[in-house]
Amino acid sequence: MMLSMTSCRDTAAPESLAANDVITSELSRVSQSFGSQQVLRDLSLEVRRGETLVLIGESGCGKSVTTKLLAGLLAPTSGDVLWEGRLVRNRRPAEVQRDRLKMGYLFQGAALFDSLNVFENIAFGLRENTQMREPQIREIVLDRLREVGLPETVREKRPSDLSGGMKKRVGLARALAMSPQIMFYDEPTTGLDPVMSGVINELILQTQKQRQVTSVVVTHDMTTVREVADRVIMFYSLGKLEPHEPQIVFEGSNQELFASDDPRIVQFVRGLPASRRLHQTSEAAGKTT
Amino acid sequence: MTPIRAIGQFVIDCVVLLGDLCTFAWTLCGWLIVRMPRGRVLWPILFEVGVSSVPVVCVTGLFIGMVLAVQSYDTLSQMHFQSQIGSVINGTLVKELGPVLAAVMLAGRVGSAMAAEIGTMKVSEQIDALRALGADPIAYLVVPRFLACFLMIPALTMIAEGVGIFGGWFVSTQVYGISSHFFWTYSDRFVTGFDVITGVFKSMSFGAAIAVIACQRGFRCGSGAEGVGRAATESFVASFIAILAIDFALALLSIQLVKLLWMLGISVT
Repeated sequence: MMLSMTSCRDTAAPESLAANDVITSELSRVSQSFGSQQVLRDLSLEVRRGETLVLIGESGCGKSVTTKLLAGLLAPTSGDVLWEGRLVRNRRPAEVQRDRLKMGYLFQGAALFDSLNVFENIAFGLRENTQMREPQIREIVLDRLREVGLPETVREKRPSDLSGGMKKRVGLARALAMSPQIMFYDEPTTGLDPVMSGVINELILQTQKQRQVTSVVVTHDMTTVREVADRVIMFYSLGKLEPHEPQIVFEGSNQELFASDDPRIVQFVRGLPASRRLHQTSEAAGKTT
Repeated sequence: MTPIRAIGQFVIDCVVLLGDLCTFAWTLCGWLIVRMPRGRVLWPILFEVGVSSVPVVCVTGLFIGMVLAVQSYDTLSQMHFQSQIGSVINGTLVKELGPVLAAVMLAGRVGSAMAAEIGTMKVSEQIDALRALGADPIAYLVVPRFLACFLMIPALTMIAEGVGIFGGWFVSTQVYGISSHFFWTYSDRFVTGFDVITGVFKSMSFGAAIAVIACQRGFRCGSGAEGVGRAATESFVASFIAILAIDFALALLSIQLVKLLWMLGISVT
């Protein structure tokens, strides 16, 4: 009910960037295994400049792994990762490191450094990668704190003293400190109350709008899908697929997603347990006949 | 699984682990040459590894020295050699027990904590966050810890030896009535500068091994709290075995070196 009341976002890419439809990060026939467990199989997908791509799918189907591959934080077991059309594995480590700084990553649990306070967390990338002086770093850190709606007073706090929503916001401020061109959000609203989820969704939209960044969002939250997605990709667990079936079961706009009658998509979007999905599917089949 | 297959699997696992350790150490060496850690990162770790370990090293060193005096006096007095107790206490502490004791304390107090800390960082994606923020995890996490262990352990060893010798001297002179003059005279006669240098070299080797093993275990930590706990335990067990193995190898090497120097006409004893 709540989902239907939420307005869908226009699926077109921002005007200023629509003409410049260049692939920024791409996976080409990538497979990923951890030990004997295969998570991704022969997966190809691209992220276009300026768009907000949302990855959905049940837990363990490989969404987070996909973003880590796209961001170059993980090397694929087989297949290729390309940035700006160039193979990442053919680049020199320094070049990869430099290009990675163009990407910001908001981790699922925010992944703030426990040993550093909020200020030091946000300043980390600037201190490690730039020759900026401390006053300049301080100015940027305070700017980012304001941008994510946190008061200056939190800067001395340790991550352990922050609430889940504050951690996510500090994580976002840290990722934005380096002015990235692509932002990856790994389950940004998971574990947050609806109000804080709304705040985070608003921040994603605001970041995309103000900074014109490309965004890749991993989420289970249908509100996030409705509010931020330009394009949606839905993954399916390999364990539930036949060997010849592709792992991506849906690719399209959020409106197409919510209008889909594929039982796998309907089940996920409506959050139905497997038994109810089977029941519903058989009912639908009965009606058809 | 048949016993032969189990043995084969164990051997393969050991070879893989050793190979991984070597690769890890090689990457670490590369970063040691390329970029030294910033003071802001290094100083707190030097303090944690060095200064914070002093009390525990002092206490254990003191008791080891006193126990050595008790046990040695009992044996030496049966042969009426009790006045030479200083040579036994000093020789044992400087050549073997001091470096090994400091290393075991470091492996238990610091090595396990390092493995658990890095393991927790891995589990909570902080290591991925380091990469995402343009910092190499080996350079940022391992290099300062390696340097701290490598540089601080000789000082800890010296402290352990000094306090242990004091404990041994105290028991020998105050409890058993051995003359302080004889205690120091025999100590001086049987402990040479070469022994002290060998002990320091040993301790540096132990420190390097502890840091590499602890950090490698942290980086290869399994998921969840269980994985972190296992990484800390494995770190201590592997470090302890490595300390004993390195000690044995270096003991053999130092004896060969003494022989070689003697053949060249240089006496170090």
